[in-house]
Amino acid sequence: MTTITADHHLDHAHDHHDADHKPAFFQRWFMSTNHKDIGTLYLIFAIIAGIIGGAISGLMRAELAHPGIQYLQTWANIQHSLLGVEPASLDQAYHLWNALITAHGLIMVFFMVMPAMIGGFGNWFVPIMIGAPDMAFPRMNNVSFWLLIPAFALLLGSAFVPGGTGYGAGTGWTVYAPLSTSGSAGPAVDMAILSLHIAGASSILGAINFITTILNMRAPGMTLHKMPLFVWSVLVTAFLLLLALPVLAAAITMLLTDRNFGTTFYDAAGGGDPELYQHLFWFFGHPEVYIMILPGFGIVSQIISTFSRKPVFGYLGMAYAMVAIGVVGFVVWAHHMFTTGMSVNVKMYFTAATMVIAVPTGIKIFSWIATIWGGSISFKTPMVWALGFIFLFTVGGVTGVVLANGGVDDVLHDTYYVVAHFHYVLSLGAVFGLFAGFYYWFPKMSGKMYNEFLGHLHFWVFFAGVNLLFFPMHFLGLSGMPRRYPDYPAAFEKWNSVATHGYEIMAAGMGIFFINLIWSLAAGKKAEGNPWGEGATTLEWTLTSPPPFHQFETLPVIDDTAHH
Amino acid sequence: MPISRGRTETGEDYIAHDMRVFVAAAPRGYGVEDAMKKVKSLVLAGLLALAPTLVSNGPALAQENAATAAPAAENAAAPAESAANATAPAAQAAPAATVAAPPRMKPTEGIGMPKPGEITLQEQFTSTGHTARWLHDVMLLPLIFAISIFVLILMIYAMWKFRRSANPVPSKTSHNTLIEVIWTVVPVVILLVVAVPSIGLLADQYKPAPKDAVVVKVTGYQWYWGYEYPDNGIPEFVSNMLPEDKAKANGEPYLLAPDNRLVLPAGRPIKLIITGADVIHAFAVPSLWVKMDAVPGRLNEKSFTIDKPGVYYGQCSELCGARHGFMPIAIEALPPEQFDQWVLSQGGKPATAAAAEKTADAAPAADAKI
Repeated sequence: MTTITADHHLDHAHDHHDADHKPAFFQRWFMSTNHKDIGTLYLIFAIIAGIIGGAISGLMRAELAHPGIQYLQTWANIQHSLLGVEPASLDQAYHLWNALITAHGLIMVFFMVMPAMIGGFGNWFVPIMIGAPDMAFPRMNNVSFWLLIPAFALLLGSAFVPGGTGYGAGTGWTVYAPLSTSGSAGPAVDMAILSLHIAGASSILGAINFITTILNMRAPGMTLHKMPLFVWSVLVTAFLLLLALPVLAAAITMLLTDRNFGTTFYDAAGGGDPELYQHLFWFFGHPEVYIMILPGFGIVSQIISTFSRKPVFGYLGMAYAMVAIGVVGFVVWAHHMFTTGMSVNVKMYFTAATMVIAVPTGIKIFSWIATIWGGSISFKTPMVWALGFIFLFTVGGVTGVVLANGGVDDVLHDTYYVVAHFHYVLSLGAVFGLFAGFYYWFPKMSGKMYNEFLGHLHFWVFFAGVNLLFFPMHFLGLSGMPRRYPDYPAAFEKWNSVATHGYEIMAAGMGIFFINLIWSLAAGKKAEGNPWGEGATTLEWTLTSPPPFHQFETLPVIDDTAHH
Repeated sequence: MPISRGRTETGEDYIAHDMRVFVAAAPRGYGVEDAMKKVKSLVLAGLLALAPTLVSNGPALAQENAATAAPAAENAAAPAESAANATAPAAQAAPAATVAAPPRMKPTEGIGMPKPGEITLQEQFTSTGHTARWLHDVMLLPLIFAISIFVLILMIYAMWKFRRSANPVPSKTSHNTLIEVIWTVVPVVILLVVAVPSIGLLADQYKPAPKDAVVVKVTGYQWYWGYEYPDNGIPEFVSNMLPEDKAKANGEPYLLAPDNRLVLPAGRPIKLIITGADVIHAFAVPSLWVKMDAVPGRLNEKSFTIDKPGVYYGQCSELCGARHGFMPIAIEALPPEQFDQWVLSQGGKPATAAAAEKTADAAPAADAKI
């Protein structure tokens, strides 16, 4: 898409020593103002949170493998013995289930996908891709990251304080009132809410930083319409964060005051309304799903273009499709609430508005296919992950069209069909985007090549595992199995047990990933500045691998003869 | 707000905020204005309910919940006499009841419940269910299948045809206005085609129930359901999950079978007024295409007509706390004459008498309770 005058990285030869001067360990990693180091911290954090969130889903799949309660009572007893309290009652074991599903959702959304996508890859590559030396507010960048630590600690800690029937916050990640107010006595839900507040503040600061960086710090010649699509995706995402998170903050602040200070915002007996919370939550919550997937769109666009050796097809359409998804994403929230008893006109509007999202999403899918069409495709690991993303995101997207129908949703709402749908777009969409990006940029970030065979093996095992895990959930949902159940009628056993086997395969795939990660860091081949060849046209590939501690002390100039 | 404290079958204390006294407003619409009106009247009702004089006007309301919750669990021991415990409180209101309740209906395997290994929607028994299932099976499912396969084929073809060994020099095409217009317009047209029946289905679902519909007030509690027939004068009885051994002994699916079923007539229009007492629950019966949240302080309405007699199972579908997965629903749809017999057996007034009274007194039945 753009060609870059190449002399700038030769300049680095003589100022290399200054640019690569790194501070001492504590100062470098705990007081960092370097976007790449902060990006690395975010990635490490996301991997740790992902292991915890993934392990929790393993507990859930183990329990759900067969009807009846198999392990829940034991786990609840372990939890209680850790706390030194009497063994758990059956209801407390059931409550632990709710605490697990809540923790899984919150961890994966707020502490895995968002930190990895925006904090990790966004921090690492947005400044480099626009030719900037760093983020606009480096110290605020560091604050953004370090706020996540107390947020995560609060969430994990909430599992060990009373939260109603048992220990931990058992409200679901949506924290609906009045289950989260009068229905959950004890500090666990307060801790979870505070955790969301802090994580939200972290994200808002990050969003401000990205918007300022992208709007003000582009290198000469890097116009908005020449920005790589990953930067576009982060820009749109940052605006979504900036507009959506304050609404969440307001919603959960009112939860806190309802819980602790006798207000009745969500209590009909005091003139409030439980539905108000849902409207506020989903006004945030729906843009939130695009916050998680849009950077994935950006990553996939870069990778598809690189490994097809072609510029992205319909660049402007792709960029503005993301803008359109972001805008429309703000006016469809109540499709999460089709069964709350809203009026027929409201339901018709949200049905129609939600379907509209399929159009820009379709533009993206077809433009990706048109990008590989006529290309010269090499199937390196990042490319197979990106191609996997396109197909699986399509599958997740079309079930979204089914769910968009307010009338059809009456039977599918809050069933496993919904679980299948959002795991196809997130666990198979966003996570495939994350792995694609990780393999794509791993050589750049670490200076080492990953193992190509293990990368492919990881892909195929993971691909088989997640499909076996999530596809049967469509069947469970259609035949009526509700979400958030620790036990189910015997008729649902077959597909649940298949799903659990899928989880085992997926977990094996993750084992391969970690072996690859450790092996590559320890013994990987040294990576060149541009390991991907002529298809890799964005600025990060003009630098060494890993890039110098400070890049672009002389700003690169983007050639105006660029074609698209 | 009266709070009744009871003891559940496993012995845990629970507190049920008895919201029934709040439910005073007549359910009409769901708009914001109506909701505001409802909220206002609820608050008013709540304040009034605190006045002792008014509490005495609503006999047995405040304690009944706790009183019936416990017997319900005991009655589970004899599920064949489903109606027995409901008769007890009802009998006080109308001691003339001498009609025997119809025997507890046996469920048909695979009807009104999920089939083992099922991969699609349950068989439907309401007109909305037929329309919606048609929309899903005939329109949406083939459509999404076709789109997914189309994308897959395009991808596999392109991946094969344009692999590096077969196509070493990439094309430089990055624009084609015509094709971009096509893949924008075609999805729009497809969505418009889908939208027409979708909107039709929604309109169908919101068709108001006729005046003579059987009205049942459904209340979600942590963690059981309460059913009350205001027009028939049958006071609330509660429905708890049957323990595994009893469900099995009874030939019913465990986790779907409750002790007392919601008894309804087949072939007559039904209007459920659904609310929650403590937290949000959701009343869901997949084979009737019914799912409606039971929200404290709100009255949601769901109208439908059941095609034929049978037992239709459902489960709570909104996370409501520890035993969210253990408050099943069963609707027993009886032939109309048997339903009338059941109403009589509960000491209630059958449909014709209730309807006559309704026309005579235009005020909504729920108002009379306060």
